[in-house]
Amino acid sequence: MQDFTAAVGLAVRLLATADPDLVEIVSLSLQVSLTALIIAALVGLPLGACLAIGRFRGRSVAIVVVNALMGLPPVVVGLIVYLCLSRAGPFGVLGLLYTPAAMIIAQTVLVLPIIAALSRQILEDLNRDYDEQLRSFGVGWRGSVATLLWDARASLATVLLAGFGRAIAEVGAVIIVGGNIDHVTRVMTTAIALETSKGNLALALALGLVLLLIALAVNALAAALRQSMPEAARA
Amino acid sequence: MMWNAVSKSVVGAWSLLALMAGPLAGPLDADTEAGTDTDPGHILVQSTTSTENSGLFEAILPQFTAQTGIEVRVVAVGTGQAIKNARNCDGDVLFVHDRASEERFVADGAGLSRADVMYNDFVIVGPAADPAGIAGLGDVAEALSTIAATGQAFVSRGDQSGTHKAERRLWVTAGVDPDPASGTWYRESGSGMGATLNIAAGMDAYTLSDRATWVAFQNKASLAILVEGDDRLFNQYGVILVSPEACPSVRAEAGQAFVDWLTGPAGQAAIAGYRRDGRQLFFPNAGRGTN
Repeated sequence: MQDFTAAVGLAVRLLATADPDLVEIVSLSLQVSLTALIIAALVGLPLGACLAIGRFRGRSVAIVVVNALMGLPPVVVGLIVYLCLSRAGPFGVLGLLYTPAAMIIAQTVLVLPIIAALSRQILEDLNRDYDEQLRSFGVGWRGSVATLLWDARASLATVLLAGFGRAIAEVGAVIIVGGNIDHVTRVMTTAIALETSKGNLALALALGLVLLLIALAVNALAAALRQSMPEAARA
Repeated sequence: MMWNAVSKSVVGAWSLLALMAGPLAGPLDADTEAGTDTDPGHILVQSTTSTENSGLFEAILPQFTAQTGIEVRVVAVGTGQAIKNARNCDGDVLFVHDRASEERFVADGAGLSRADVMYNDFVIVGPAADPAGIAGLGDVAEALSTIAATGQAFVSRGDQSGTHKAERRLWVTAGVDPDPASGTWYRESGSGMGATLNIAAGMDAYTLSDRATWVAFQNKASLAILVEGDDRLFNQYGVILVSPEACPSVRAEAGQAFVDWLTGPAGQAAIAGYRRDGRQLFFPNAGRGTN
Protein backbone atom coordinates (compact mmCIF):
# COMPACT_ATOMS: atom_id res chain seq x y z
CA MET A 1 0.00 0.00 0.00
CA GLN A 2 2.86 2.31 0.84
CA ASP A 3 4.05 2.03 -2.75
CA PHE A 4 0.65 3.17 -4.05
CA THR A 5 0.63 6.35 -1.97
CA ALA A 6 4.25 7.06 -2.79
CA ALA A 7 3.53 6.45 -6.49
CA VAL A 8 0.69 8.98 -6.63
CA GLY A 9 2.86 11.59 -4.89
CA LEU A 10 5.75 10.87 -7.25
CA ALA A 11 3.53 11.03 -10.34
CA VAL A 12 2.17 14.42 -9.27
CA ARG A 13 5.67 15.70 -8.57
CA LEU A 14 7.02 14.43 -11.92
CA LEU A 15 4.19 16.15 -13.78
CA ALA A 16 4.24 19.35 -11.74
CA THR A 17 7.97 19.89 -12.22
CA ALA A 18 7.85 18.78 -15.88
CA ASP A 19 10.77 16.50 -15.09
CA PRO A 20 13.05 16.76 -18.16
CA ASP A 21 13.74 13.01 -18.29
CA LEU A 22 10.03 12.32 -18.08
CA VAL A 23 9.23 14.82 -20.84
CA GLU A 24 11.89 13.17 -22.99
CA ILE A 25 10.58 9.62 -22.61
CA VAL A 26 6.94 10.67 -22.88
CA SER A 27 7.58 12.58 -26.08
CA LEU A 28 9.60 9.69 -27.54
CA SER A 29 6.80 7.27 -26.59
CA LEU A 30 4.27 9.46 -28.38
CA GLN A 31 6.49 10.03 -31.41
CA VAL A 32 7.16 6.31 -31.85
CA SER A 33 3.63 5.06 -31.21
CA LEU A 34 1.84 7.80 -33.17
CA THR A 35 4.18 7.39 -36.15
CA ALA A 36 3.63 3.64 -36.07
CA LEU A 37 -0.11 4.27 -35.87
CA ILE A 38 -0.09 6.66 -38.86
CA ILE A 39 1.88 4.22 -41.02
CA ALA A 40 -0.27 1.29 -39.92
CA ALA A 41 -3.42 3.31 -40.68
CA LEU A 42 -2.20 4.35 -44.15
CA VAL A 43 -1.68 0.68 -45.01
CA GLY A 44 -4.24 -0.98 -42.75
CA LEU A 45 -7.37 1.02 -43.63
CA PRO A 46 -7.12 0.46 -47.41
CA LEU A 47 -6.20 -3.16 -46.73
CA GLY A 48 -9.26 -3.55 -44.50
CA ALA A 49 -11.42 -1.94 -47.19
CA CYS A 50 -10.08 -4.28 -49.88
CA LEU A 51 -10.81 -7.27 -47.67
CA ALA A 52 -14.27 -5.88 -46.92
CA ILE A 53 -15.53 -5.26 -50.44
CA GLY A 54 -13.09 -7.15 -52.62
CA ARG A 55 -14.20 -10.38 -54.23
CA PHE A 56 -11.11 -12.45 -54.90
CA ARG A 57 -9.85 -15.97 -54.36
CA GLY A 58 -8.36 -16.58 -50.97
CA ARG A 59 -10.28 -13.69 -49.40
CA SER A 60 -11.69 -15.73 -46.53
CA VAL A 61 -8.25 -17.18 -45.83
CA ALA A 62 -6.76 -13.69 -45.87
CA ILE A 63 -9.39 -12.49 -43.39
CA VAL A 64 -8.67 -15.38 -41.03
CA VAL A 65 -4.94 -14.69 -41.25
CA VAL A 66 -5.32 -10.95 -40.58
CA ASN A 67 -7.67 -11.65 -37.66
CA ALA A 68 -5.23 -14.16 -36.22
CA LEU A 69 -2.32 -11.71 -36.53
CA MET A 70 -4.11 -9.43 -34.04
CA GLY A 71 -2.83 -11.88 -31.44
CA LEU A 72 0.85 -11.52 -32.42
CA PRO A 73 2.92 -11.55 -29.22
CA PRO A 74 5.00 -8.33 -29.07
CA VAL A 75 8.08 -10.24 -27.96
CA VAL A 76 7.89 -12.41 -31.10
CA VAL A 77 7.54 -9.33 -33.31
CA GLY A 78 10.50 -7.81 -31.47
CA LEU A 79 12.57 -10.90 -32.07
CA ILE A 80 11.71 -11.07 -35.78
CA VAL A 81 12.40 -7.36 -36.31
CA TYR A 82 15.64 -7.73 -34.33
CA LEU A 83 16.77 -10.62 -36.55
CA CYS A 84 15.93 -8.59 -39.67
CA LEU A 85 17.62 -5.37 -38.53
CA SER A 86 20.63 -6.94 -36.80
CA ARG A 87 23.96 -6.30 -38.54
CA ALA A 88 23.96 -10.04 -39.19
CA GLY A 89 20.44 -9.87 -40.65
CA PRO A 90 19.13 -9.02 -44.14
CA PHE A 91 18.62 -5.31 -43.41
CA GLY A 92 21.65 -4.88 -41.15
CA VAL A 93 23.35 -2.43 -43.50
CA LEU A 94 20.66 0.16 -42.75
CA GLY A 95 21.98 0.44 -39.19
CA LEU A 96 18.46 0.81 -37.80
CA LEU A 97 18.71 -1.50 -34.79
CA TYR A 98 18.58 0.32 -31.43
CA THR A 99 17.05 3.45 -33.01
CA PRO A 100 13.51 4.84 -32.71
CA ALA A 101 12.99 3.82 -36.35
CA ALA A 102 13.35 0.15 -35.36
CA MET A 103 10.77 0.67 -32.63
CA ILE A 104 8.37 2.27 -35.12
CA ILE A 105 8.79 -0.68 -37.48
CA ALA A 106 8.05 -3.19 -34.71
CA GLN A 107 4.98 -1.32 -33.48
CA THR A 108 3.70 -0.85 -37.02
CA VAL A 109 3.83 -4.62 -37.48
CA LEU A 110 1.89 -5.03 -34.22
CA VAL A 111 -0.76 -2.41 -34.97
CA LEU A 112 -1.35 -3.10 -38.67
CA PRO A 113 -3.36 -6.35 -38.23
CA ILE A 114 -5.58 -4.72 -35.60
CA ILE A 115 -6.45 -1.83 -37.90
CA ALA A 116 -6.92 -4.03 -40.96
CA ALA A 117 -9.03 -6.65 -39.17
CA LEU A 118 -11.31 -4.27 -37.24
CA SER A 119 -11.80 -1.87 -40.14
CA ARG A 120 -12.59 -4.83 -42.43
CA GLN A 121 -15.47 -5.83 -40.17
CA ILE A 122 -16.83 -2.27 -39.89
CA LEU A 123 -16.58 -1.57 -43.62
CA GLU A 124 -18.09 -4.90 -44.57
CA ASP A 125 -21.12 -4.21 -42.36
CA LEU A 126 -21.49 -0.71 -43.78
CA ASN A 127 -21.08 -1.98 -47.32
CA ARG A 128 -24.14 -4.20 -46.89
CA ASP A 129 -26.23 -1.03 -46.66
CA TYR A 130 -24.31 0.89 -49.29
CA ASP A 131 -23.54 -1.72 -51.92
CA GLU A 132 -26.70 -1.44 -53.99
CA GLN A 133 -26.81 2.32 -53.92
CA LEU A 134 -23.16 2.69 -54.87
CA ARG A 135 -23.69 0.28 -57.73
CA SER A 136 -26.79 2.11 -58.97
CA PHE A 137 -24.77 5.33 -59.10
CA GLY A 138 -22.12 3.47 -61.05
CA VAL A 139 -19.42 4.21 -58.47
CA GLY A 140 -16.22 2.24 -59.13
CA TRP A 141 -14.47 0.26 -56.43
CA ARG A 142 -12.07 3.10 -55.69
CA GLY A 143 -14.93 5.49 -55.15
CA SER A 144 -16.68 2.88 -53.03
CA VAL A 145 -13.63 2.47 -50.80
CA ALA A 146 -13.34 6.23 -50.37
CA THR A 147 -17.05 6.61 -49.59
CA LEU A 148 -17.04 3.76 -47.09
CA LEU A 149 -13.87 4.98 -45.33
CA TRP A 150 -15.27 8.49 -45.07
CA ASP A 151 -18.73 7.53 -43.87
CA ALA A 152 -17.33 5.11 -41.27
CA ARG A 153 -14.74 7.59 -40.02
CA ALA A 154 -16.09 7.80 -36.48
CA SER A 155 -16.06 4.03 -36.00
CA LEU A 156 -12.65 3.89 -37.66
CA ALA A 157 -11.39 6.47 -35.16
CA THR A 158 -12.14 3.94 -32.43
CA VAL A 159 -10.18 1.37 -34.41
CA LEU A 160 -7.23 3.77 -34.51
CA LEU A 161 -7.51 4.25 -30.75
CA ALA A 162 -7.37 0.48 -30.27
CA GLY A 163 -4.23 0.42 -32.40
CA PHE A 164 -2.71 3.31 -30.47
CA GLY A 165 -3.49 1.55 -27.20
CA ARG A 166 -1.69 -1.56 -28.38
CA ALA A 167 1.36 0.45 -29.49
CA ILE A 168 1.79 2.73 -26.48
CA ALA A 169 1.27 -0.12 -24.00
CA GLU A 170 3.58 -2.78 -25.36
CA VAL A 171 7.06 -3.37 -23.97
CA GLY A 172 8.11 -6.73 -25.41
CA ALA A 173 8.95 -5.51 -28.90
CA VAL A 174 10.47 -2.10 -28.21
CA ILE A 175 12.78 -3.34 -25.47
CA ILE A 176 14.37 -5.85 -27.88
CA VAL A 177 14.71 -3.66 -30.97
CA GLY A 178 15.25 -0.38 -29.11
CA GLY A 179 17.53 -1.70 -26.38
CA ASN A 180 16.08 0.72 -23.78
CA ILE A 181 19.06 3.05 -24.29
CA ASP A 182 18.92 6.09 -22.02
CA HIS A 183 18.12 9.32 -23.95
CA VAL A 184 17.92 7.39 -27.24
CA THR A 185 15.34 4.62 -27.19
CA ARG A 186 13.93 4.69 -23.67
CA VAL A 187 10.13 4.99 -23.71
CA MET A 188 7.47 4.84 -21.00
CA THR A 189 7.03 1.08 -20.92
CA THR A 190 10.75 0.21 -21.03
CA ALA A 191 11.42 2.79 -18.31
CA ILE A 192 8.72 1.13 -16.19
CA ALA A 193 10.31 -2.28 -16.77
CA LEU A 194 13.73 -0.88 -15.81
CA GLU A 195 12.54 0.79 -12.62
CA THR A 196 10.71 -2.40 -11.64
CA SER A 197 13.91 -4.39 -12.05
CA LYS A 198 15.72 -1.85 -9.89
CA GLY A 199 13.13 -2.56 -7.21
CA ASN A 200 11.98 1.05 -7.56
CA LEU A 201 8.33 0.02 -7.48
CA ALA A 202 6.92 3.41 -6.50
CA LEU A 203 8.66 5.20 -9.39
CA ALA A 204 7.64 2.40 -11.78
CA LEU A 205 4.03 2.77 -10.71
CA ALA A 206 4.22 6.57 -10.95
CA LEU A 207 5.39 6.23 -14.56
CA GLY A 208 2.50 3.82 -15.11
CA LEU A 209 0.07 6.45 -13.82
CA VAL A 210 1.54 9.02 -16.19
CA LEU A 211 1.13 6.54 -19.06
CA LEU A 212 -2.52 6.09 -18.08
CA LEU A 213 -3.00 9.86 -18.09
CA ILE A 214 -1.55 10.08 -21.58
CA ALA A 215 -3.89 7.35 -22.80
CA LEU A 216 -6.76 9.27 -21.21
CA ALA A 217 -5.68 12.51 -22.88
CA VAL A 218 -5.45 10.85 -26.30
CA ASN A 219 -8.89 9.28 -25.90
CA ALA A 220 -10.40 12.55 -24.67
CA LEU A 221 -8.96 14.28 -27.72
CA ALA A 222 -10.51 11.63 -29.96
CA ALA A 223 -13.84 11.94 -28.19
CA ALA A 224 -13.77 15.70 -28.69
CA LEU A 225 -13.09 15.26 -32.40
CA ARG A 226 -15.92 12.76 -32.61
CA GLN A 227 -18.33 15.18 -30.95
CA SER A 228 -17.51 17.76 -33.59
CA MET A 229 -18.45 15.35 -36.39
CA PRO A 230 -21.89 15.38 -38.02
CA GLU A 231 -24.40 12.92 -36.59
CA ALA A 232 -24.32 10.68 -39.68
CA ALA A 233 -20.64 9.85 -39.26
CA ARG A 234 -21.07 8.73 -35.70
CA ALA A 235 -22.56 5.42 -36.73
CA MET B 1 12.40 13.61 -46.01
CA MET B 2 9.43 11.38 -45.37
CA TRP B 3 10.55 11.02 -41.78
CA ASN B 4 10.67 14.77 -41.24
CA ALA B 5 7.18 15.26 -42.58
CA VAL B 6 5.80 12.46 -40.47
CA SER B 7 7.73 13.61 -37.48
CA LYS B 8 6.44 17.16 -37.82
CA SER B 9 2.85 16.04 -37.81
CA VAL B 10 3.62 13.86 -34.84
CA VAL B 11 5.27 16.76 -33.10
CA GLY B 12 2.13 18.77 -33.83
CA ALA B 13 -0.04 16.12 -32.25
CA TRP B 14 2.27 16.05 -29.27
CA SER B 15 2.14 19.82 -28.80
CA LEU B 16 -1.64 19.62 -28.75
CA LEU B 17 -1.43 16.94 -26.09
CA ALA B 18 1.15 18.90 -24.15
CA LEU B 19 -1.25 21.83 -24.04
CA MET B 20 -3.90 19.57 -22.61
CA ALA B 21 -1.54 18.03 -20.11
CA GLY B 22 -0.54 21.51 -18.99
CA PRO B 23 2.47 21.00 -16.75
CA LEU B 24 3.97 18.52 -19.19
CA ALA B 25 4.37 21.19 -21.84
CA GLY B 26 8.00 21.89 -22.42
CA PRO B 27 10.48 22.34 -25.23
CA LEU B 28 10.29 19.28 -27.41
CA ASP B 29 13.58 17.60 -27.85
CA ALA B 30 13.30 16.08 -31.27
CA ASP B 31 16.91 15.11 -31.83
CA THR B 32 16.46 11.65 -30.42
CA GLU B 33 15.06 10.51 -33.74
CA ALA B 34 16.18 7.92 -36.20
CA GLY B 35 19.11 8.62 -38.47
CA THR B 36 21.47 9.38 -35.63
CA ASP B 37 23.26 6.19 -36.54
CA THR B 38 25.27 8.05 -39.14
CA ASP B 39 26.95 10.37 -36.64
CA PRO B 40 30.40 9.07 -35.69
CA GLY B 41 30.23 10.50 -32.19
CA HIS B 42 28.69 7.54 -30.43
CA ILE B 43 29.42 3.92 -29.66
CA LEU B 44 27.16 1.07 -28.69
CA VAL B 45 28.15 -0.97 -25.65
CA GLN B 46 26.59 -4.37 -25.00
CA SER B 47 26.69 -4.79 -21.25
CA THR B 48 25.04 -6.45 -18.31
CA THR B 49 22.12 -5.41 -16.15
CA SER B 50 24.29 -5.12 -13.02
CA THR B 51 26.40 -2.27 -14.42
CA GLU B 52 23.26 -0.40 -15.49
CA ASN B 53 20.95 -1.17 -12.57
CA SER B 54 23.58 -0.28 -9.98
CA GLY B 55 23.87 3.22 -11.42
CA LEU B 56 27.55 2.81 -12.37
CA PHE B 57 27.10 3.81 -16.01
CA GLU B 58 25.03 6.83 -15.11
CA ALA B 59 27.89 7.98 -12.89
CA ILE B 60 30.94 7.29 -15.05
CA LEU B 61 29.80 7.58 -18.67
CA PRO B 62 29.23 11.37 -18.57
CA GLN B 63 32.88 11.71 -17.46
CA PHE B 64 34.05 9.75 -20.52
CA THR B 65 31.78 11.76 -22.81
CA ALA B 66 33.02 15.03 -21.33
CA GLN B 67 36.65 14.03 -21.88
CA THR B 68 36.31 12.59 -25.40
CA GLY B 69 33.07 13.90 -26.90
CA ILE B 70 32.02 10.30 -27.59
CA GLU B 71 28.49 9.41 -26.51
CA VAL B 72 28.09 5.91 -25.08
CA ARG B 73 24.84 4.05 -25.69
CA VAL B 74 24.35 1.08 -23.43
CA VAL B 75 22.19 -1.94 -24.12
CA ALA B 76 21.91 -3.67 -20.73
CA VAL B 77 21.01 -7.35 -21.02
CA GLY B 78 22.30 -10.59 -19.52
CA THR B 79 25.90 -11.53 -20.38
CA GLY B 80 24.70 -14.41 -22.59
CA GLN B 81 22.46 -12.16 -24.66
CA ALA B 82 25.06 -9.36 -24.74
CA ILE B 83 27.62 -11.76 -26.22
CA LYS B 84 25.08 -13.06 -28.73
CA ASN B 85 24.23 -9.50 -29.79
CA ALA B 86 27.92 -8.62 -30.13
CA ARG B 87 28.49 -11.76 -32.22
CA ASN B 88 25.76 -10.42 -34.54
CA CYS B 89 27.86 -7.22 -34.81
CA ASP B 90 25.16 -5.28 -32.95
CA GLY B 91 27.62 -3.45 -30.73
CA ASP B 92 31.09 -1.93 -30.71
CA VAL B 93 32.22 -2.90 -27.23
CA LEU B 94 31.36 -5.83 -24.97
CA PHE B 95 31.50 -5.18 -21.21
CA VAL B 96 30.36 -8.24 -19.28
CA HIS B 97 31.25 -10.61 -16.43
CA ASP B 98 31.79 -14.20 -17.47
CA ARG B 99 35.47 -14.75 -18.11
CA ALA B 100 35.10 -18.16 -19.78
CA SER B 101 32.65 -16.95 -22.42
CA GLU B 102 34.60 -13.70 -22.87
CA GLU B 103 37.75 -15.67 -23.64
CA ARG B 104 35.82 -17.88 -26.04
CA PHE B 105 34.48 -14.73 -27.74
CA VAL B 106 38.06 -13.54 -28.35
CA ALA B 107 39.35 -17.00 -29.30
CA ASP B 108 36.60 -17.27 -31.93
CA GLY B 109 37.82 -14.05 -33.52
CA ALA B 110 34.68 -12.10 -32.61
CA GLY B 111 36.62 -9.79 -30.29
CA LEU B 112 40.09 -8.26 -30.48
CA SER B 113 41.37 -8.81 -26.93
CA ARG B 114 40.01 -9.00 -23.44
CA ALA B 115 41.05 -6.77 -20.53
CA ASP B 116 40.11 -6.86 -16.86
CA VAL B 117 38.29 -3.72 -15.76
CA MET B 118 36.98 -4.18 -12.24
CA TYR B 119 35.58 -6.69 -9.79
CA ASN B 120 33.19 -7.04 -6.95
CA ASP B 121 31.61 -10.15 -5.46
CA PHE B 122 28.49 -12.22 -5.40
CA VAL B 123 26.45 -12.65 -2.24
CA ILE B 124 23.80 -15.16 -1.24
CA VAL B 125 20.72 -13.30 -0.11
CA GLY B 126 17.66 -14.84 1.47
CA PRO B 127 14.91 -14.26 4.02
CA ALA B 128 16.29 -12.72 7.20
CA ALA B 129 14.49 -15.45 9.16
CA ASP B 130 16.83 -17.88 7.32
CA PRO B 131 14.84 -21.16 7.47
CA ALA B 132 17.76 -23.09 5.93
CA GLY B 133 20.14 -21.81 8.60
CA ILE B 134 23.00 -20.69 6.35
CA ALA B 135 23.62 -17.24 7.81
CA GLY B 136 27.25 -16.55 8.53
CA LEU B 137 28.61 -19.63 6.73
CA GLY B 138 32.00 -18.83 5.22
CA ASP B 139 31.74 -21.71 2.75
CA VAL B 140 29.41 -21.00 -0.16
CA ALA B 141 29.38 -24.68 -1.22
CA GLU B 142 28.17 -25.71 2.22
CA ALA B 143 25.52 -22.95 2.14
CA LEU B 144 24.15 -24.17 -1.21
CA SER B 145 24.10 -27.85 -0.22
CA THR B 146 22.29 -26.89 2.99
CA ILE B 147 19.62 -24.99 1.00
CA ALA B 148 19.23 -28.05 -1.23
CA ALA B 149 19.11 -30.48 1.69
CA THR B 150 16.47 -28.46 3.53
CA GLY B 151 14.48 -27.95 0.34
CA GLN B 152 14.18 -24.20 0.86
CA ALA B 153 13.22 -22.17 -2.23
CA PHE B 154 16.13 -20.88 -4.31
CA VAL B 155 15.51 -18.60 -7.30
CA SER B 156 17.97 -19.03 -10.16
CA ARG B 157 18.42 -16.47 -12.92
CA GLY B 158 18.13 -19.28 -15.46
CA ASP B 159 19.07 -16.91 -18.30
CA GLN B 160 22.70 -17.74 -19.20
CA SER B 161 23.80 -14.44 -17.67
CA GLY B 162 27.17 -14.03 -15.98
CA THR B 163 25.54 -14.40 -12.57
CA HIS B 164 23.64 -17.49 -13.71
CA LYS B 165 26.85 -19.11 -14.96
CA ALA B 166 28.60 -18.27 -11.70
CA GLU B 167 25.70 -19.83 -9.80
CA ARG B 168 25.87 -23.00 -11.91
CA ARG B 169 29.60 -23.32 -11.18
CA LEU B 170 28.90 -22.94 -7.46
CA TRP B 171 26.35 -25.79 -7.56
CA VAL B 172 29.01 -28.00 -9.14
CA THR B 173 31.36 -27.01 -6.33
CA ALA B 174 28.64 -27.88 -3.83
CA GLY B 175 28.18 -31.29 -5.46
CA VAL B 176 24.49 -30.67 -6.00
CA ASP B 177 22.62 -30.99 -9.31
CA PRO B 178 19.63 -28.69 -8.86
CA ASP B 179 18.05 -29.50 -12.25
CA PRO B 180 15.88 -32.42 -11.07
CA ALA B 181 14.44 -30.03 -8.47
CA SER B 182 13.51 -27.43 -11.10
CA GLY B 183 9.96 -26.33 -10.40
CA THR B 184 10.06 -27.48 -6.79
CA TRP B 185 12.56 -25.73 -4.52
CA TYR B 186 14.84 -24.73 -7.45
CA ARG B 187 12.98 -22.03 -9.38
CA GLU B 188 14.38 -20.61 -12.60
CA SER B 189 13.09 -17.09 -13.25
CA GLY B 190 14.66 -16.60 -16.69
CA SER B 191 14.85 -12.90 -15.84
CA GLY B 192 17.37 -10.20 -15.00
CA MET B 193 18.92 -9.75 -11.57
CA GLY B 194 16.44 -7.12 -10.40
CA ALA B 195 13.41 -9.11 -11.53
CA THR B 196 14.86 -12.19 -9.85
CA LEU B 197 15.37 -10.26 -6.59
CA ASN B 198 11.75 -9.09 -6.81
CA ILE B 199 10.69 -12.75 -7.12
CA ALA B 200 12.91 -13.84 -4.24
CA ALA B 201 11.49 -11.02 -2.11
CA GLY B 202 7.97 -12.09 -3.06
CA MET B 203 8.40 -15.76 -2.17
CA ASP B 204 10.91 -15.50 0.67
CA ALA B 205 13.47 -17.44 -1.33
CA TYR B 206 17.26 -17.54 -1.49
CA THR B 207 19.16 -16.31 -4.52
CA LEU B 208 22.64 -15.38 -5.72
CA SER B 209 23.14 -11.72 -6.59
CA ASP B 210 26.04 -9.52 -7.55
CA ARG B 211 26.67 -7.12 -4.72
CA ALA B 212 26.22 -3.97 -6.81
CA THR B 213 22.68 -4.79 -7.92
CA TRP B 214 21.85 -5.89 -4.38
CA VAL B 215 23.06 -2.68 -2.74
CA ALA B 216 21.23 -0.50 -5.27
CA PHE B 217 18.05 -2.63 -5.15
CA GLN B 218 15.13 -0.77 -3.57
CA ASN B 219 12.64 -3.58 -2.89
CA LYS B 220 14.63 -5.73 -0.46
CA ALA B 221 11.54 -6.52 1.69
CA SER B 222 12.62 -9.21 4.17
CA LEU B 223 15.75 -10.21 2.23
CA ALA B 224 19.23 -9.84 3.70
CA ILE B 225 22.78 -10.90 2.85
CA LEU B 226 23.40 -14.29 4.49
CA VAL B 227 26.62 -15.56 2.94
CA GLU B 228 29.53 -13.48 1.65
CA GLY B 229 33.28 -13.35 1.60
CA ASP B 230 34.10 -16.77 0.11
CA ASP B 231 36.86 -16.43 -2.53
CA ARG B 232 34.68 -18.41 -4.94
CA LEU B 233 32.18 -15.52 -4.94
CA PHE B 234 34.65 -13.31 -6.83
CA ASN B 235 33.03 -11.47 -9.76
CA GLN B 236 35.34 -10.14 -12.48
CA TYR B 237 34.24 -7.75 -15.22
CA GLY B 238 36.06 -7.61 -18.55
CA VAL B 239 35.93 -5.40 -21.63
CA ILE B 240 36.41 -6.41 -25.27
CA LEU B 241 36.44 -4.39 -28.48
CA VAL B 242 34.33 -6.22 -31.05
CA SER B 243 36.62 -7.21 -33.92
CA PRO B 244 36.40 -4.76 -36.84
CA GLU B 245 37.53 -7.63 -39.05
CA ALA B 246 34.59 -9.80 -38.03
CA CYS B 247 32.27 -6.78 -38.01
CA PRO B 248 33.16 -3.98 -40.44
CA SER B 249 30.43 -1.80 -38.93
CA VAL B 250 32.33 -1.54 -35.64
CA ARG B 251 33.39 1.99 -34.72
CA ALA B 252 36.84 0.74 -33.84
CA GLU B 253 38.53 4.05 -33.03
CA ALA B 254 35.87 5.34 -30.67
CA GLY B 255 35.38 1.87 -29.21
CA GLN B 256 39.09 1.51 -28.52
CA ALA B 257 39.09 4.96 -26.92
CA PHE B 258 36.40 3.72 -24.51
CA VAL B 259 38.32 0.52 -23.72
CA ASP B 260 41.49 2.55 -23.13
CA TRP B 261 39.65 5.00 -20.90
CA LEU B 262 37.97 2.27 -18.81
CA THR B 263 41.26 0.48 -18.24
CA GLY B 264 43.30 3.70 -17.90
CA PRO B 265 43.78 5.97 -14.89
CA ALA B 266 40.77 8.22 -15.55
CA GLY B 267 38.25 5.41 -15.96
CA GLN B 268 39.69 3.38 -13.09
CA ALA B 269 39.45 6.41 -10.81
CA ALA B 270 35.85 7.02 -11.94
CA ILE B 271 34.92 3.41 -11.12
CA ALA B 272 36.64 3.58 -7.71
CA GLY B 273 34.89 6.87 -7.02
CA TYR B 274 31.38 5.55 -7.57
CA ARG B 275 29.58 5.21 -4.24
CA ARG B 276 26.08 4.09 -3.37
CA ASP B 277 24.90 4.72 0.18
CA GLY B 278 28.52 5.55 0.97
CA ARG B 279 29.72 2.17 -0.24
CA GLN B 280 32.06 1.42 -3.13
CA LEU B 281 30.35 -1.07 -5.48
CA PHE B 282 33.08 -1.88 -8.00
CA PHE B 283 36.84 -2.19 -7.48
CA PRO B 284 39.04 -1.30 -10.46
CA ASN B 285 41.72 -3.87 -11.30
CA ALA B 286 42.78 -3.21 -14.89
CA GLY B 287 46.28 -4.11 -15.96
CA ARG B 288 46.29 -7.43 -14.17
CA GLY B 289 45.66 -10.54 -16.20
CA THR B 290 45.17 -8.84 -19.56
CA ASN B 291 45.34 -11.29 -22.43
